[in-house]
Amino acid sequence: MSSQSPLLEARNIGKSFLGIAALDGVDFTLQRGEIHALLGENGAGKSTLIKILTGVYRRDRGSIQLEGSEILPETVADAQALGIGTVYQEVNLLENLTVAENLYLGRQPRRFGLLDRKAMTAGAKTLLSRYGLDIDVNALLSSYSVAVRQIVAIARAVDLSGKVLILDEPTASLDGHEVEMLFTVLRQLKAEGLGIVIITHFLAQVYAVADRATVLRNGRLVGSRVLEGLPRMDLISMMLGRELLEIENDHAADHAVTTPAGDAPIRFEQYGRRGSVAPFDLSIRPGEVVGIAGLLGSGRSETAFLMFGIDRADSGQALIDGKPVQLSSPQAAIANGFGFCPEERKTDGIIGEFSVAENIALALQARDGWARPMSAKKQRALAQEFIRSLDIRPPDPDRPIKFLSGGNQQKAILARWLVTEPRLLILDEPTRGIDIGAHAEILKMIEKLCREGMALVVISSELEELTAVAHRVIVLSDRAHVAELKGADVTADNIMRAIATPATTEAA
Amino acid sequence: MKNARNLPFLATLIVFLVAYGLCTLQFPNMFSTRVIANLLSDNAFLGIVAVGMTFVILSGGIDLSVGSVIAFTSVFVAVLVGSFGLHPLTAFVLALVLSTLFGAGMGLMIRYLSIPPFVVTLAGMFLARGAAYLVSTQSVPITHPFFETIQGLYLRLPGGGRLTAMAMLMLVVFAVGALVASRTRFGANVYALGGNEQSAALMGVPVGRTIIGIYALSGFLSGLSGIAYTIYTSSGYSLATVGIELDAIAAVVIGGTLLTGGTGLVAGTLVGILIQGLIQTYIVFDGTLSSWWTKIVIGILLFAFIALQRAIIWYSNRRLADGASRGELRGAA
Repeated sequence: MSSQSPLLEARNIGKSFLGIAALDGVDFTLQRGEIHALLGENGAGKSTLIKILTGVYRRDRGSIQLEGSEILPETVADAQALGIGTVYQEVNLLENLTVAENLYLGRQPRRFGLLDRKAMTAGAKTLLSRYGLDIDVNALLSSYSVAVRQIVAIARAVDLSGKVLILDEPTASLDGHEVEMLFTVLRQLKAEGLGIVIITHFLAQVYAVADRATVLRNGRLVGSRVLEGLPRMDLISMMLGRELLEIENDHAADHAVTTPAGDAPIRFEQYGRRGSVAPFDLSIRPGEVVGIAGLLGSGRSETAFLMFGIDRADSGQALIDGKPVQLSSPQAAIANGFGFCPEERKTDGIIGEFSVAENIALALQARDGWARPMSAKKQRALAQEFIRSLDIRPPDPDRPIKFLSGGNQQKAILARWLVTEPRLLILDEPTRGIDIGAHAEILKMIEKLCREGMALVVISSELEELTAVAHRVIVLSDRAHVAELKGADVTADNIMRAIATPATTEAA
Repeated sequence: MKNARNLPFLATLIVFLVAYGLCTLQFPNMFSTRVIANLLSDNAFLGIVAVGMTFVILSGGIDLSVGSVIAFTSVFVAVLVGSFGLHPLTAFVLALVLSTLFGAGMGLMIRYLSIPPFVVTLAGMFLARGAAYLVSTQSVPITHPFFETIQGLYLRLPGGGRLTAMAMLMLVVFAVGALVASRTRFGANVYALGGNEQSAALMGVPVGRTIIGIYALSGFLSGLSGIAYTIYTSSGYSLATVGIELDAIAAVVIGGTLLTGGTGLVAGTLVGILIQGLIQTYIVFDGTLSSWWTKIVIGILLFAFIALQRAIIWYSNRRLADGASRGELRGAA
């Protein structure tokens, strides 16, 4: 294979948005008859690279060669015509059309100027039989499972393009059997000489189907490795960007002492939701920081959604002070003294047009109900207090929050929850997208709140952050809680080891 | 035809047949080609415009301007023929060109200024109505031998019914509309747009061209409907056909087309028109009922059909979920 020129070769790709580099000097090489996994955490640049390859974005610099000749796809249709087909996570087909109509939309066979439905039916049948799919092609797409739709999408992409197939998280909503069905199709296409790029968060699946993996981190290329014989540990440390040579954590020792004994007042027993997170046990004491670690897609945020009532649990129970409570909605969780700062601050956390004061007052208002509105004066007084204590800059309660920096927005959201004096505060990626200085301040604040007796759950993909603040760390992998590390065991090294240990429940 | 998407159409058809059956039980005279022919003739202009509305709604849009365009066309034709002495055919061609361009212009704005169809066609509704007033605020009668010739054209049906030229025109429009919707790329693209515009674009549907085409078609059929209305009433009046766009939307929805787009049949709209006509005919036969009962029955039917569509979607989703949980997957061993 090495004697041949590669099927697709991207060199030194760069792309910036508003002056911020999303991709910086990334190389990517795809061979014929290869399944190539593209890996990386959120913001690593995977989707930007894919969008450049498929003509959604234009690259700022670098070159892309397909079969040895330079290409510059400007639209999705361009890329398709060149031979690069894509199947997205939310299958991009039309549920209101039949399978055959989906396969032939925009390129229907015609007779006497009218669509030839017979030819479409026959063609669709032949096309799908290649993938071992024998279904009624004149039934609506919506009457089939996601797995079948996925294969129909692949059949369309391959038939349309036929050189490179890019799959963006194809297995996210499939069960084990369906994943195997999809992989059978991929292996067959690989045998036919197609180059396949697959983006997925499930490492077990990467090892099961891919030949090679390229890892991106923060818009840069970390490396490209043949998967056979590559230890999981190496792959994970590439993704999380750490060397295994451990810098010993100075916090761990004193954490072991401070963990209070006794029954925890907030307990989750066998709490879980099918298709989201496997049932888990979790108890949290006042004055304790519980960290949640895991790769993207391992069920970190889903755990928080369950605890805060955004998703409803379908198994187990939540106990507060020994009494079972129903956390059926965020309102119920707030009433029980919970607070939650979501990961997507811009979309889920703040209301950009509202002032800092209004944003801070929001959670309190939600708790008290709309029937008891808070006066603007009281809002401002409240905001002033927190602007001082959290050092929010600029110290202007009337400024629309969208004009604040990321770090200061995060502080304002924190303030919002602190106003309600929660017993438990859940922070999902509290330091994402904020600068180094604010980063340290947020961590300091977490420690301060913890000393004052609040219980905190911190979700983070930054291992240093977890080892610095957490007394205990729960490790997630493939949507299940796989390990709990305590005290001196809370080290980045141990967390990665726990992530790398394949889950025992895996069938594949 | 076994698809779930044709169920609303079948339901409408059954409702019509049952209702018609009940009507003839009470008034045996209603079962005649005369009644059917009149029903078609009286609703011809509504049927023509409803075909255009079907395409618009299938694509996920709405066209509120059609009633005003009909009124404008009728006044425009009446003034051209009456005051300027143009031959009706020349006036028809001019009216059709104007209304088509008007529709295309609205499509252009919807596409390239990304303004919701509701707002654009609302503006178009006021604009066309205002333009109609500008041409004439009076009812303009038309006396022209050509009109009399067309009004005299009809097909004698067995049983004494007279299928007028306008009724035949409507049936032809329905037939061509059904063919375009089901057997052309344009038709397929309309359904695709109604399913999901973004997905359709990614699958290579020329979104801009299709949207402009859809509203141009609706404009053209509004013009044609205006001509049919002018012939039907032998006059042009700028205050005519107020609110007819809502009757057209009702016919489309009762005919089984999903208001959110992507699902429906042109033939369904014909049945929708027939149901509306049937209610009116029943009221005439009864003689004691107020004509407002038409509106009440149509209101009830609309609610019933929207509920039915919801139920079908809910049912097929549940069946799918059941199938998935049982692991019903064929193929790919």
